[in-house]
Amino acid sequence: MSTNNALKNYESSKNVIGYVNRKEATQADYDRIGFMSGLEVHQQLLTKKKLFCNCPAGIFQKPDEYDAELIRHMRPTLSELGEYDGTALMEFKTKKEIIYRIANNTACTYDVDDTPPFPIDREALDISIEISLLSKLKIVGEVHITRKQYLDGSIPTGFQRTAIIGIDGELTLKNNRKIHLIQLSIEEDSCREISDIGHTRIYRTDRLGMPLIETVTSPEMRNPDEVKEVCDHIRFLNRSTGKVRTGIGAGREDVNVSCKGGTRVEIKGVAHTKWIPELSHNEAFRQWALLYIREELLKRCKKEQWKANHVELNHTQFSNVSDAIRKAVENGCKIYAINLPHFKNLLSFFTQPGKPFYDEFINRLKVIACIEKPNMTCSEDLESLLDDAGWKKIARQLNAKEEDAQILFWGPERDIPMALDVIEERALMTFDGVPQETRKSFEDGTTIFERVLPGADRMYPDTDSVPIPLEDAHIEKLRKNIPEDLSERYGQLVIWGIPEDTFSYIFSKNYYPLMKEIMENLDINPKFIGVFFGHKLKYLHGKYGAIPFDIHRLYELFAFLKDRNIDYAIAPKMTEQMFLNPQMDFESILTIMKYKKISKEEIISRIKLLKEKFISAKKGANAHDKINSIMGALKGVSLGNIDLTELSKKI
Amino acid sequence: MNEDFFQGYKGEALGTLKKYNVRVWGTAEVETTRGNFNGTVLPRAENDDHFHIVLKIPTGYNVGIDIRTITGMKETGYKKANYKVPEKEFPYTEGLPHVKLLGTGGTIASRLDYRTGAVIPAFSPGELYGAVPELAEICNLDTEKIFAVFSENMGPSQYIALAKQIGKEIENGIEGIVIGHGTDTLHHTGAALTFMCQNLPVPVVLVGSQRSSDRPSSDAALNLMHAMTAAGHGDIAEVLVCMFGPTSDEYGLLHKGTRVRKMHSSYRSTFRTIGDTPIASITRKGVTHIKEQYNPRRQDRNVKIIPAFDDRVTMLYYYPGMKPGVLDAIVEQGYKGVVWVGTGLGHVNKEMYPAIERAQKSGVHQYMTLQTIWGYVHMFVYDTGRDMMAKGIIPAGNMLPEVAFIKLGWALGQTHDPEEVKKLMLTPVNDEITEREPYNGYLVYQGGVPEVEEFIKKVHK
Repeated sequence: MSTNNALKNYESSKNVIGYVNRKEATQADYDRIGFMSGLEVHQQLLTKKKLFCNCPAGIFQKPDEYDAELIRHMRPTLSELGEYDGTALMEFKTKKEIIYRIANNTACTYDVDDTPPFPIDREALDISIEISLLSKLKIVGEVHITRKQYLDGSIPTGFQRTAIIGIDGELTLKNNRKIHLIQLSIEEDSCREISDIGHTRIYRTDRLGMPLIETVTSPEMRNPDEVKEVCDHIRFLNRSTGKVRTGIGAGREDVNVSCKGGTRVEIKGVAHTKWIPELSHNEAFRQWALLYIREELLKRCKKEQWKANHVELNHTQFSNVSDAIRKAVENGCKIYAINLPHFKNLLSFFTQPGKPFYDEFINRLKVIACIEKPNMTCSEDLESLLDDAGWKKIARQLNAKEEDAQILFWGPERDIPMALDVIEERALMTFDGVPQETRKSFEDGTTIFERVLPGADRMYPDTDSVPIPLEDAHIEKLRKNIPEDLSERYGQLVIWGIPEDTFSYIFSKNYYPLMKEIMENLDINPKFIGVFFGHKLKYLHGKYGAIPFDIHRLYELFAFLKDRNIDYAIAPKMTEQMFLNPQMDFESILTIMKYKKISKEEIISRIKLLKEKFISAKKGANAHDKINSIMGALKGVSLGNIDLTELSKKI
Repeated sequence: MNEDFFQGYKGEALGTLKKYNVRVWGTAEVETTRGNFNGTVLPRAENDDHFHIVLKIPTGYNVGIDIRTITGMKETGYKKANYKVPEKEFPYTEGLPHVKLLGTGGTIASRLDYRTGAVIPAFSPGELYGAVPELAEICNLDTEKIFAVFSENMGPSQYIALAKQIGKEIENGIEGIVIGHGTDTLHHTGAALTFMCQNLPVPVVLVGSQRSSDRPSSDAALNLMHAMTAAGHGDIAEVLVCMFGPTSDEYGLLHKGTRVRKMHSSYRSTFRTIGDTPIASITRKGVTHIKEQYNPRRQDRNVKIIPAFDDRVTMLYYYPGMKPGVLDAIVEQGYKGVVWVGTGLGHVNKEMYPAIERAQKSGVHQYMTLQTIWGYVHMFVYDTGRDMMAKGIIPAGNMLPEVAFIKLGWALGQTHDPEEVKKLMLTPVNDEITEREPYNGYLVYQGGVPEVEEFIKKVHK
């Protein structure tokens, strides 16, 4: 098939399954494909120490900053109920060498699994209970530390220590819709990956072991925007305690998506909630497309009868064809072609924007067979590396039929058997529809295969820890620490008349308590404070990138203005000066702003003169122009001395 | 209902389960004042309190329910977990050496015990093959569980049983023996077998693991592969301890059973040869010799088994201000041998002298070893040392305290004649006393020093 035909098939297949862009999609579209989504929201807790050792939390190392390295391999083990976990086996097959880069000031022998765990950090445990209470979860009677297997090496033990704090809770969204929460767990964070090339994966151990909570919702969200809304809600709820970390990587989401007839697929580690709508939209349609492909393939043949065949190709066949292949061969790679019977027009079938079905094979080759990309091309490649004649020749070598499609791949000799298995395995999965897997997300809203989705089989009790009882008295003590429900805060902002477009910023930064303190203690108009935080401060925050002063100085600012009887309208200008001169006191800020205290009466008395000036200068102007002109002339002296609305009235 | 249905539960928790007719492994709906919980009731560790019931909830996690909050409970199903290592027949491969794995317990292959919440050993060639299929590429394996005890419960009678079994296996033509063993007293057993099994024609390799095999990062599988390789393909026909070299999954080290010691409570690379270099390093590819001199593998079967041990032997770790009554009490209890672990070059305080003399007169054999672990006992340097020798304490060279203890028990198992005992004690069977300490036999570097830090950064730990 020529590139042209592949492109044509890709485009037309969008129509075949009724794909729509997210911008144009309506609830009817999501209902048609049975969009369903749930979330696992991860949030780091603001503690002094890591969860199971006495290393400091929140100190980070650069990729090349380390004091020692060590190597581990991960083997699957038996779960408590006696089954090997599917992912576990697959990851074992990949035979990865995991290298950990350890910095003395952020990791100890516990982190690298050379010392058993210390008792759980009580600070972290208490915060997680508070957030569980805030999430209306039922608190367990006893916390059992469980081991959750991860064979990707992201945790040197090969498992994450994790424990359920509460189950069965509920959120109330702004529109009063209720979302069910399955559970909240406390767990240790994993390593940060530095690189993953071939059979070597490198991690750093700074983030490892930091306390993290995971809030899991039921799969109740019916459209992509709702998924984001729920995610924001959970993040803001967590932040409303003021006891969680913020900043890059402090909150990460796994988004579970399925469509009608599809499978739960987990999009891992989404770093920004604004990516969620596009990602979940695309995933639902990807599954919808895979189900169509399945139907199409089943029309053509039965799974039991399907069999791929392959042949090793002579590299001289490609010497002048493709740089990618030539380079691979120069590095000692072998080239193989594999025939997929009855797959014609399926490999180039649409699955995601910019990604046809064959994309599903590419990252499996990378992850499972450890073959770096580019690692394959196919007879329906949108940017084919071979011409038609080349593909025809390969088809002949494979004894392929017209209705077949071919994949050409290359890789180191040791990885070829696994690569052949991977391709055949994925092709066979086509008959079943949507494989259970976790997927890695990209900013453009598309995803690629990451791992096979692990099941409950990978959980077993941590034999190194004892259960921790949670007494009623302790829970009630913690209940006193928790702030009001987020939905109450939403309601309060509405009552105060604060514009809704300020809410996200206010809750994401958890400024509500500070705002309330300013309004109530200093008796300042709530709407003014809402706009000050939600618009003015947000604008300055965006303009300067970060707030260089302790946010509580804003309370001092308003207290200062009140004390001096200076009009609050000057606050935004002063705040900008605080961004520019974070160390400067308020008095000095006023000085550099050339502020002078002038009485209201004096300002008002100037109106008369200005009126006369205006009349003589501009004949024929209307009253509106007049007010504007006089306001403009008096604005400088008025700021901080008289309320501008009042001034306007006087004019 | 039978007690078995409530594994590990006692007191009020047991009462609650009985009251509502809910069994361990039953799926249950539990109503509590904190809300409703569903899940499978799991056994409870015996040492945990009796106020909680353990549930595995549908997401796979375990949680405890406080029975004081329970208002109702109903069993809705029952499914007992069948915890088993997948068992496959260990394949026979023509041309590979025959290795026998003798099991003593420990964590080489293990499973979870719900009663104690701990890990207990599981063991058979089929199970091992299921867990570590690579073993089939190394050797033809046969296994026999001699006993199932934790390392700390190994003792003289186990040493003797093992020694006899080793003799039998060698007689039957085995090409290598591996002994799976808990790590805490691995080095005691290493010493005991060295003394009891002399003139070995094949390797006898002791192996354990510092991280139980129920975890993905366990060192068990690699240690086992290394041990099988050393036993089946290696040329060193001695009693060896095979454990991680660095903490990284890179290579193992083969230590002489008489010179090795566990030096860290939890590190993978905890076993170190003291006062010398290890005899060899080992990877799955084979043995790399470090020491040039060793006892090579032979075709004959002329092993000499000396399965003797008198357990009326003890160790005394000296501390400042130690009172003579301690030693008197030991003598009074009928002990026949005392291994002293003295300070510095091998000293105890003067206050002990009369008791030492009394012990000597009662026919107690006393030997001096060192708290410093590294170095030689040297009792000629100070008068104290000379005094002690005059009172009957015999310096044991650079024999490790634990090794001296094992050797004295073994020697007293054969004779009580002081001269004979002394001859046995001071004639090395396999380097338990060495004539010289090489410059690289003592390497305890300190972190923070620039050159050490540079080394640590470059070489995988």
